[in-house]
Amino acid sequence: MAGWVIKGARTGIRSSAYPAGPETAIGVSPGMPGDTAVDSPSDAEGLASLCPTGAMTAHDVSVVVDRGRCVHCFRCAQDARMPAVAWDPGFEWATYTDAYQALHAAFSRSLHIRFVDAGACGACMSEARQVNNPYYNMHRLGFFITPTPRNADILLVAGPVSDAMRDPLRKTYAAMPPPKRVVAIGACAISGGVFGPSYASAAGVKDIIPVDVIVPGCPPPPLAILHGLLLVAGRKPPAPRSSLAARADGRPE
Amino acid sequence: MPDLPDGADNLARAVALREVCKTRWGGRFVPAPATTSGHERLRCHSSEVCDLCAWLVQDVGYIFATLVAEERMEDGVTLTYVFQQDSSGSWLDVDVLLDPHERSVPSISPLVHAADWHEREVEDLFGLHFEGHPRLGEFVLHEDWPEGVNPMRRDFDPARALEHRDEQAAWAAPTIVTAPGAFAMPVGPVFSDFAESAQFLLETVGEDVIHTIPRFFYKYRGIEKIAEGQSTGRVLLIAERFSGTAAFAHGLGFCQAVEAILHCEVPRRARALRTLFAELERLRHHAAAITAICGSTALAVANSQAALIEEELLRLSGTVTGHRYLFGLVVPGGLARDLADEHRPLLQAAIGDAAGKLNALYDMLCVSSSFLDRLEEVGVVTAEKAMEYGLVGPVARASGSNRDMRARFPYAGYDTAKPMIPTEHEGDGYARLRVLFREAEQSAALIHAVLEALPDGAIATEPDRTRAGAALGTVEAPLGAAFHWVRLGESGLVERYRVTPPSFTNWHGFHLAAENFAFQDFPIILASFGLSNAECDR
Ligand code: SF4
Ligand code: SF4
Repeated sequence: MAGWVIKGARTGIRSSAYPAGPETAIGVSPGMPGDTAVDSPSDAEGLASLCPTGAMTAHDVSVVVDRGRCVHCFRCAQDARMPAVAWDPGFEWATYTDAYQALHAAFSRSLHIRFVDAGACGACMSEARQVNNPYYNMHRLGFFITPTPRNADILLVAGPVSDAMRDPLRKTYAAMPPPKRVVAIGACAISGGVFGPSYASAAGVKDIIPVDVIVPGCPPPPLAILHGLLLVAGRKPPAPRSSLAARADGRPE
Repeated sequence: MPDLPDGADNLARAVALREVCKTRWGGRFVPAPATTSGHERLRCHSSEVCDLCAWLVQDVGYIFATLVAEERMEDGVTLTYVFQQDSSGSWLDVDVLLDPHERSVPSISPLVHAADWHEREVEDLFGLHFEGHPRLGEFVLHEDWPEGVNPMRRDFDPARALEHRDEQAAWAAPTIVTAPGAFAMPVGPVFSDFAESAQFLLETVGEDVIHTIPRFFYKYRGIEKIAEGQSTGRVLLIAERFSGTAAFAHGLGFCQAVEAILHCEVPRRARALRTLFAELERLRHHAAAITAICGSTALAVANSQAALIEEELLRLSGTVTGHRYLFGLVVPGGLARDLADEHRPLLQAAIGDAAGKLNALYDMLCVSSSFLDRLEEVGVVTAEKAMEYGLVGPVARASGSNRDMRARFPYAGYDTAKPMIPTEHEGDGYARLRVLFREAEQSAALIHAVLEALPDGAIATEPDRTRAGAALGTVEAPLGAAFHWVRLGESGLVERYRVTPPSFTNWHGFHLAAENFAFQDFPIILASFGLSNAECDR
């Protein structure tokens, strides 16, 4: 056993500088297309028509991205005949839904999480698992996985909610004591992704239980999930909305 | 087998097969023009299918690969039983055409056990009855699914929401153990950590679990149905995302089927890079599987060491391909993104580093007796059972099989970058762990080999989209052989998509490993199989 202790000690601390400082490593996020101004309405239409999920829509001389529908297919960024789309290399994409209410400050440094796989593909679950791993180490930030819903403050859900997972999801939510918050991670859990709505899947978690925070991405990288958790804890602001998006839907930035 | 010479080339075999059908079987089975590109084909009446399939498997050395049911507009359901022969690298389809009102077919499962779950799935999804099947009943569709509604039939509308039956409908487990005091303990579908949704009924009389009955398809998203009538571009999104930890392999399987239908020749550079990316995915996948095994034995330092390697490989994938899970990379005709020249040294160094760290981890694990005690002789699958169930991938290779699609039916760049196929013989958890480590090492070696001889040139060609037809795309996904059967219609849209993922094949045999064990070993047996429910359930 001594060998393992030495091995562990030699490895040292690998945790990300985030959230106190910026993460500088490469490959931690696939990035996501951002709202982009183009030259003409036809360019905007052309760009938006490349998007297979309807995440990108044309508004006059700009395209606006609904992050919750983007599945990182890169098709809007790979067509040489089209104008370049502004690629956001970051990961702070999490935001509140209209249902969200702030938690009491007492929760800000200790939140217990229960995870439900509602038909996720494995990549979302893998990224959620990474958050618990040494590079991201969510324990240092006061987030813990709890084995029972009775102790859970946050329900983390991935997947479009397959037919057979509707009931287990409802029951898990019901078993959690208030106050409780639901975080939907990934395009599937937010909008059904490439699967729902259909006869076998809902159009995301909101169809089954109320959702407080969404973490876009397909899958959202570990730091994006961490951002979502920090948002619930009241320790990070939500993803900003661009002026293009504000103009497109008439809501404030 | 005296009738058909082993290893003869495909054309000679086809002629021989026709002769045998005429002489030995008196014309009961008619050789028919191939419908799936590159496959031989026999057609028979449903009453003959058991004789024919049993002969192919028991005497001619064919292995059951998959069963494709299809209901085309004009006629009734067609069942295509697909067989592969590893020694000759050939394929054979057995077609059974049912009349529009025929709802019953003899089951081949009592003779060809590997077909068991395939028939159960077709029963649920197409509403056919397989006479003589030992265990039919609820499988893909759970208890609140409306009676008599079969989603893969033509007349089923996938966009319409379902009328569920009473949601509280009781489901009673089919228990097998009858000893006094025996009871079944359900585990799942929701677990205490990041496990996938599935349920296991552990039949026990106290400390030891005698038998395990898994219950799956909690994650059934009906991908084969929602693919119908969609463009190949749309279906590719689904093929990559139904099992995101093997996205590249499944995307490639789908693209290869489409390319076979469209007679599309993929450029050399793209074929070499497909091998490279597939091995990068396998390496990362196996690192994750090793992490999970270390975690299941509560060996914390080894668990975090493996997790570090996994995250480093995810970052490497993200850096060189743009996506940590290689989404959006493979397209019909080649690849959407090239490997940048400046990333080659980085890739070389990082792969070398990961392989070195895995080696060091392996050496430490091999002398950790407390760790080995928990894996050795745990969850044993014998070589005979692995054959009978048609198991694939690392699980099969830990039980003495050397089946691997990359070696037997080379695709992408595997004709030149040939993998060495590691096998072990004990069939226990430790053998499966060793196979994972040795395959990871092989993947690293293959990546180096591809990089050394990487051809220049285009990474994609635009396929001629005017052809229609059906083809089978086959790949060795990280968990084993995957079959993507695709039919494209005249319009270029997907008419039928049938995926046979390795997790579906191997979960079928999981119960073999989960018999007569101590309760605390269950997570270890699960982790050493390392299967995915997203992949199985589709
Ligand atoms: S990456 Fe794909 S899904 Fe996302 S906006 Fe671009 S085209 Fe749409
Ligand atoms: S959002 Fe993407 S990565 Fe997450 S479960 Fe859905 S398909 Fe998989």
